[in-house]
Amino acid sequence: MIQVNALTKDYGDRRALDNITFDANQGEIVGFLGPNGAGKTTTMRILTGYMPPTSGEATVAGYNVVEESLDVRKRVGYLPETVPLYNDMTALDYLKFMGELRRLPDVEDRAYETLEMVNLDERAYSFIGTFSKGMRQRVGLAQALLHRPEVIILDEPTIGLDPAQVVEIRNVIREIGKDRTVLFSTHILSEAQQICDRVLIINKGVIVAEDTPENLHSRVLGAERIRLRVRGDADGLDGTVKNVKGTRKVKSNKVDAVEFEFSAGEDVRPQVAKAVVKAGYQLIEMSPVGASLEDIFLELTDDKSTGKGSGGK
Amino acid sequence: MRNIWTIAKREYNAYYNSPLAYVVMLILFGIIGIIFALNLVSVTSNAFFAQALDPTMVAGPLLFMLLFCTPALTMRLISEESRTGTLELLLTAPLRDWELVTGKWLGAFLFLLTILAMTLVFPIMINGMTDPGIDLQQTASSYFGMILVIAAFLGIGVGVSAMFTNQFAAFFTTLGILVLMWFLIGAPANLLPAGSEVFSYLDMNSHFFRGFNSGNVNLTDIIYYLSITALGLFTGNIAVDYRRWK
Repeated sequence: MIQVNALTKDYGDRRALDNITFDANQGEIVGFLGPNGAGKTTTMRILTGYMPPTSGEATVAGYNVVEESLDVRKRVGYLPETVPLYNDMTALDYLKFMGELRRLPDVEDRAYETLEMVNLDERAYSFIGTFSKGMRQRVGLAQALLHRPEVIILDEPTIGLDPAQVVEIRNVIREIGKDRTVLFSTHILSEAQQICDRVLIINKGVIVAEDTPENLHSRVLGAERIRLRVRGDADGLDGTVKNVKGTRKVKSNKVDAVEFEFSAGEDVRPQVAKAVVKAGYQLIEMSPVGASLEDIFLELTDDKSTGKGSGGK
Repeated sequence: MRNIWTIAKREYNAYYNSPLAYVVMLILFGIIGIIFALNLVSVTSNAFFAQALDPTMVAGPLLFMLLFCTPALTMRLISEESRTGTLELLLTAPLRDWELVTGKWLGAFLFLLTILAMTLVFPIMINGMTDPGIDLQQTASSYFGMILVIAAFLGIGVGVSAMFTNQFAAFFTTLGILVLMWFLIGAPANLLPAGSEVFSYLDMNSHFFRGFNSGNVNLTDIIYYLSITALGLFTGNIAVDYRRWK
């Protein structure tokens, strides 16, 4: 459904995308992860026909994004990062306007149904200018889903939403991703882990990893990270933990906690707990620390074996 | 064509949701109404007032004020879409760049045509006050000319709006071009011994007042205004396309 081959984009002297290659199949939800300025939005803009690449080729639903841009645009639903809305229109009128541009039949019914999908049907006749950020995001999403496109491209669709709305939007994405191709960008690793079949990690215009969330997680970390907290002064706690065989990357917060890692399959938590208590500390917490996107980036960019665009496929 | 109409319809309706459009309407009608009333008072003190009332008297003040009102109406057309991000929405919809630019122009054109239609009340009033009534042919020619001038003004405005993200930059640039084309460009024709035809041909003002407003409909004048309109829309199309490539 989406095929990207050696795509490069330069903005003047700055290279925003450097020779990236990936694909996404029908019925697949692909997460696009990366920090700000990594090239996520640029890639999405090229795939939606908004701007041409400097070199390389991309096809969406079998059509070339430059030479057959109108055919691509007919088949893609796109929610840009800045949700594009007209404040002077009602939610229903806005969707009707977009539906007319897309030449949809029964445009009013379709617009209303789509508002139902994103739980906004009760506000169909309200002006968009009066909507909260979460509601605006949902109108934007409705616009992207309105024509039931084969490919849906969402740029940070859950940003700025409250937790309940995030769950709602994730459910919508999961539902539509069953028989369509969804490419969506996010900063949040757990989000990608929850809904994506595959994750692409992009940094400085280069794809640094491509794999399922589970594989990526274990490949990158290969270890478990634990946070240990004591009541009172934690002076010398890091030394105590370091002395336990099997612990590594011990880091103290200099107040009351220490973080450490151990290799998967070599659980040293009982030994650590025993040593800490024996040393006279009052152990009050020992919990796993989830890997952050930053951790994964650091690992991936430090790891010499992970070459440019090598991926894990 | 359908896409142009969809864009135009949204744009036309958007004017009625904006205070700016009502301010423009108020200024235009307020000033024209005052000029009309003053004209009426001055000619009623004249024994030959029936001959002095001119049905085309609306044209001068209306077009003068449109020099300032047009940039206000066109400044946001594309630059605002760019600023708010909705341009990204339109440029990723199955819509050609020229359809977007032409649709924007058509929306503004229909809005000003609505205002122009309302000014017909003045010639109709004069017709009722005079005997044997107004010169219908001259009035029709004047209004036809005004339609073409408005089309050209808006063409320039839309073209400039597509070049800027900042509305004020679009406003002042459009105003500058309109003032140049309406008042200044014809001036060298009277001063220069050679090449005066070029300057007088470019003069927007004379094509209207010497042609349409005097009751003369010439193909040259029609082509002139249509060319300016087309040039403005073409510039707008290039500017939108440039945004994609930059």
